[in-house]
Amino acid sequence: MKLITAIIRDTQLDAVRQALIEADITRITVSRVSGHGQQQSVEIYRGQKVIPDLIPKTRLEIAVNDQFVDITVDTIIAAARSKSEDIGDGTVGDGKIFITPLEECIRIRTNERGSSAI
Amino acid sequence: MKKRNWRKMLLFGFLVLFMSGNVFAHGESEIDSGATAWMLTSTALVLLMIPGLAMFYGGLVRTKNVLGTMMHSFAAMGIMTVLWVAVGYSMCFGGNVFGGWFGWNPDYVFLSGIDTNILEGGVPEYVFSMFQGKFAIITPALIAGAFAERVKFKGYMFFIALWGLLVYNPLCHWVWAEDGFLFNLGANGAIDFAGGTVVHISAGVSGLVAAIYLGARRGYPKTAIEPNNLVMTMIGGGLLWVGWFGFNAGSSISSGLSTAQALTATQVAAAAGALSWMIIEGIHQGKATALGFVSGVLAGLVAVTPAAGVVQPSGALVLGVLASAICYIFIILKNRLGYDDSLDAFGVHGIGGIVGAIFLTFFIRKSWMDEAAALVDGSWSMMQQLGVQVAAVLIAIAYAGILTYILLIIVNKTIGMRSSDVSEMAGLDSAYHGERGYGMLNPN
Repeated sequence: MKLITAIIRDTQLDAVRQALIEADITRITVSRVSGHGQQQSVEIYRGQKVIPDLIPKTRLEIAVNDQFVDITVDTIIAAARSKSEDIGDGTVGDGKIFITPLEECIRIRTNERGSSAI
Repeated sequence: MKKRNWRKMLLFGFLVLFMSGNVFAHGESEIDSGATAWMLTSTALVLLMIPGLAMFYGGLVRTKNVLGTMMHSFAAMGIMTVLWVAVGYSMCFGGNVFGGWFGWNPDYVFLSGIDTNILEGGVPEYVFSMFQGKFAIITPALIAGAFAERVKFKGYMFFIALWGLLVYNPLCHWVWAEDGFLFNLGANGAIDFAGGTVVHISAGVSGLVAAIYLGARRGYPKTAIEPNNLVMTMIGGGLLWVGWFGFNAGSSISSGLSTAQALTATQVAAAAGALSWMIIEGIHQGKATALGFVSGVLAGLVAVTPAAGVVQPSGALVLGVLASAICYIFIILKNRLGYDDSLDAFGVHGIGGIVGAIFLTFFIRKSWMDEAAALVDGSWSMMQQLGVQVAAVLIAIAYAGILTYILLIIVNKTIGMRSSDVSEMAGLDSAYHGERGYGMLNPN
């Protein structure tokens, strides 16, 4: 079992969710986070361009059995990577995916444990 | 019709008590400071309804669209005010041109000729013009509820500008100008005290046409689309209720008995609408929702808008109950039919307006009917007035519906009205405004 944590642009959330549902990955936790990587996002605030120090992002957490790791990751990448005719695919700020081993998973309702609980 | 006109002049003082917009352009009257003070207050109260509407609608959409939705209301304050001063007032309250399609008076262009005018009622014409201008702002802003979360900002701006010029201004002229044909229909005109046909039916029907023409939001109705902030919606609904006193009681263009009658009817209908929506929903769904309460408030207020000048409190009470019951049924029907009138602009404003404009006939106070009978030298029955009301409603529905359809095609084919899939998924705020509404709330 693995825990896939993806940090994506919040504008891509709908696209990623739709792609995941189409790929039959339907269990997901979403939260709104902020932070910074390489990206220096420029926003317009009352007509002036300002650079916020912490950039709002969306974090997805998906616990999967090992055989679903690749499809989940590929789906997220395909939907979350920005597509632009001017600068080509993929721009700084598209986000990151972290994969960590998952020690245990328990379904509260039934007390099931392990991969069947995912 | 002509014979009746001189009688109208004679009865002017009496008429002013009951009709809105019945004012002559050039008067040498003294200023009535009491009436002027109330009209200034009303003007500000009606403006307050627009941020109120922005909050009401803004709370009902998803987080990613909150600013875009609020901007639909706010942008109307900019664009419609400028158009109103430029040509809107002239088109609404000038003399008939093009066979009465709309009005025109060169003195009203940029309000250049009314600098020192005082109307017969003792109110400066500037105040009347600004008061009426607020109605021209809120009407197109109401339509935005029908196609929330899926239109381009630029296309929306062009659409409401054209809609204001070609739908609102002619309708306003027909119903409220001295020489408008609905103003003179029947014995004493079609009754539309504060905008049941001009504002609510026209906006509601246009919204329905737009919702069907532009299509549903992505995922509707399969995906649950939840309001991002009902607290804001409640505050917005409250501001609308407060502002409505300016909207209705101000439409007497005076400060006296008719103002008090309109104010009372307004409060009673709003409360009756809210209470009955709660009861209906409580019985039907088992829980009385906060959104249901404010929807009932709005349904009651919309229904009493055309009626506020002619009904007594018991009539207003019945109108509020009827409006809530019928709007509730139509919203259930909408869910069955599957068209995406996202924030129920048609379900509440269109239906509520129709209910008010038609059912008010059964509750008209006797003095109004007597006056109407006197104007036609004989008798004027409730059924005759019902015919006038139905005619006015059907004309408003047909005109607003057809013109809106044509304007939508024009705007959609040239500038583009419907958002692209990418923009719609990213949200209006990011796609058209480059901003976010909230800090860390609600990740949808």
